Amino acid sequence: MTNSIKFIQGNEACVEGALYAGLEFFAGYPITPSTEIAEHLAGRLPERGGKFIQMEDEIASMCAIVGASLTGRKVMTATSGPGFSLKQEAIGYACMAEIPCVIANVQRGGPSTGNPTHVSQGDVNQARWGTHGDHNIIALTASNHQDVFSITVDAFNMAETYRTPVILLLDEAVGHLREKLVIPEKGELPIVDRLRTSVPKGVDYHPYLPREDGRLPMSDFGGDHRYNVTGLFHDMWGFPSNNPKVVNELLRHLVDKIDNNIQTITRYKEHCLEGAEYILISYGSSARSAIHLAQNRRNKGEKIGVLELQSIWPFPVELVREKCAGAKAVLVVEMNMGQVMAQVKAAVDEPGKVFLANRIDGKLITPSDIKRLLRVIQGRGV
Amino acid sequence: MAKNKLRELVINRDWCKGCGICVGFCPKKVLELDSREKVIAVRPEECICCSLCELRCPDLAIEVLMDKGDDNDE
Amino acid sequence: MAVTDYLRERFFPHMWCPGCGHGTVLNSLLRAIEELGLNKNDIVMTSGIGCSARISGYVDFHSLHTIHGRALTFATGVKLARPHLKLLVPMGDGDALAIGGNHFIHAARRNIDITAIIMNNRIYGMTGGQFSPLSGPGKKATTAPYLTIDSEFDIVKLAEAAGATFVARSTTYHAKECIDFLKKAIDHKGFSVVEILSQCPTHYGRKNKEGDAPQMMESYKNNTAKIGSKALAENPSLIARGIFVDVERPEYCQEYDKIIERAMKG
Repeated sequence: MTNSIKFIQGNEACVEGALYAGLEFFAGYPITPSTEIAEHLAGRLPERGGKFIQMEDEIASMCAIVGASLTGRKVMTATSGPGFSLKQEAIGYACMAEIPCVIANVQRGGPSTGNPTHVSQGDVNQARWGTHGDHNIIALTASNHQDVFSITVDAFNMAETYRTPVILLLDEAVGHLREKLVIPEKGELPIVDRLRTSVPKGVDYHPYLPREDGRLPMSDFGGDHRYNVTGLFHDMWGFPSNNPKVVNELLRHLVDKIDNNIQTITRYKEHCLEGAEYILISYGSSARSAIHLAQNRRNKGEKIGVLELQSIWPFPVELVREKCAGAKAVLVVEMNMGQVMAQVKAAVDEPGKVFLANRIDGKLITPSDIKRLLRVIQGRGV
Repeated sequence: MAKNKLRELVINRDWCKGCGICVGFCPKKVLELDSREKVIAVRPEECICCSLCELRCPDLAIEVLMDKGDDNDE
Repeated sequence: MAVTDYLRERFFPHMWCPGCGHGTVLNSLLRAIEELGLNKNDIVMTSGIGCSARISGYVDFHSLHTIHGRALTFATGVKLARPHLKLLVPMGDGDALAIGGNHFIHAARRNIDITAIIMNNRIYGMTGGQFSPLSGPGKKATTAPYLTIDSEFDIVKLAEAAGATFVARSTTYHAKECIDFLKKAIDHKGFSVVEILSQCPTHYGRKNKEGDAPQMMESYKNNTAKIGSKALAENPSLIARGIFVDVERPEYCQEYDKIIERAMKG
């Protein structure tokens, strides 16, 4: 089918993935370089009976999708740095109240207004810790449009499975460049819906009582079960509680439900990693350059490989440790001041062999940039 | 022309916080606060069933049960 | 009482101070819902943060206790996603009009079918009695030990200017009027605002020597007058009570349904 092959921007690939996953409600606000996501959905959602609303600000957008999610809809918003900062309180609310939602952050230069039309990957740590308090979160990323599509579907599936906000950490380069996308047939990629309660009408439903497998069945607002949802610590009925036992158990649950499933959540790709002496760890648009360098040098006999991360949070500590075990050196390739590098250093057995190959001037890091640093490291006899 | 007649003033002492609103505004001075600062009906026979105590109570602690009269158009 | 059917009785007595007007607002609201004969499963109550916001925990509806100032945004999401639901949004004056001011304006502008109930006690009660944008000048509060210099604004005028299609004001003294206005507001198809002056004897009343709950309610009686009344004509400085706006304008969710119809036709 010819209409399943498109030549589009990464932002539009994200839209296609969201619609494939069953997106029904989007609330957003214009912000470069994410605005295309809102613009496309403004047209596509009503075509299929879905709802689109441009809210008065970023905070309102985030809150609106949380409200809509509680009625049983699959929801998403999209933004960039400054908007992502504004959304943090409401993201924390979704964490605490365990409400599925997807937040696309098409990263641009920061901090502050920064570099609106240029790429960076500066929001990695913010995705993890942007909202206050101990909490856990899932953040996914991709370096090409086919993967943007499938990782977006994954984001929705994970939001529904773990009852959590999921951040899609895209970036301006991938978001705006045009590339081929093949849209899978219906049924080709698995779609997960939230678990809904089977408790019948008239019987007590506990919105926050985990089943034995740890999952929490939901009940749509407007349905037969009336319950309370709050951002305060709460008991299994959803009512506020500051009882120490309740607080302790709920906080642990919020963190554990994601940590305990890290293996299922982790997404990555390997490029030329077999027998690699030098490993490039990268993600997002940086990975495109890392992969290009690795493939180019492999052809010339150099053993450089790429571990491309597609899930940044929870950080795949064991995976990184295992894959980097035999390497002479590990170069983390990213467009920030070493946010993932810090995680890699903490993960590997020999942090001394981890180096940063970065670029922070708003330009896409190039294969030459990476090669230059690699030669410096090799020159040092590493 | 029979008016509504009070059957009972039902007071929930667990809920009443003794704020004095019903006491202060009762047109017939039916209500007072007792020694435990809970409202009691000291002159129930004076009650004209205006129900303002029930409508204004912030604690939903007082209910006017009445026998409806002929001129009640409900 | 039939109205207790709408309560989550196991949480009573509630957390509000003795004499707090918010309890009377809850009382009036439940009676309005009872008189309208609404189905509990069709009602979603979203609230923000503060004493006013705690009302949502006490009612036997779908309740969504959210973050400070943002109740209307959550409500917008719920309503647009499931337009058949009845959205009730009780908010304090600070919650609705300080941090929430922008959302208040835009919900009114959209004329989305939500009922906003502003429980105006002119103070931030939960956090211990700081002044609010509705306190007015010359008031004492914990963050205004030398008295406030801020003026308040007129919520009714703001709501009207922003596009609300039903706007009313009453006080906790006028409980019967509150029930009537709340009924009409909930029934009205569009953005409805009911401002209810509600006493905070603990902080506002005490600090400003306005007395206990009955005394504060007495002053609601004496310092307000119905629109069109002789009392208001003779003394325009009295606070006006009544229904100020009651008009029909296209409602947001209905207009969006028309977009869906057009879009699906291609």
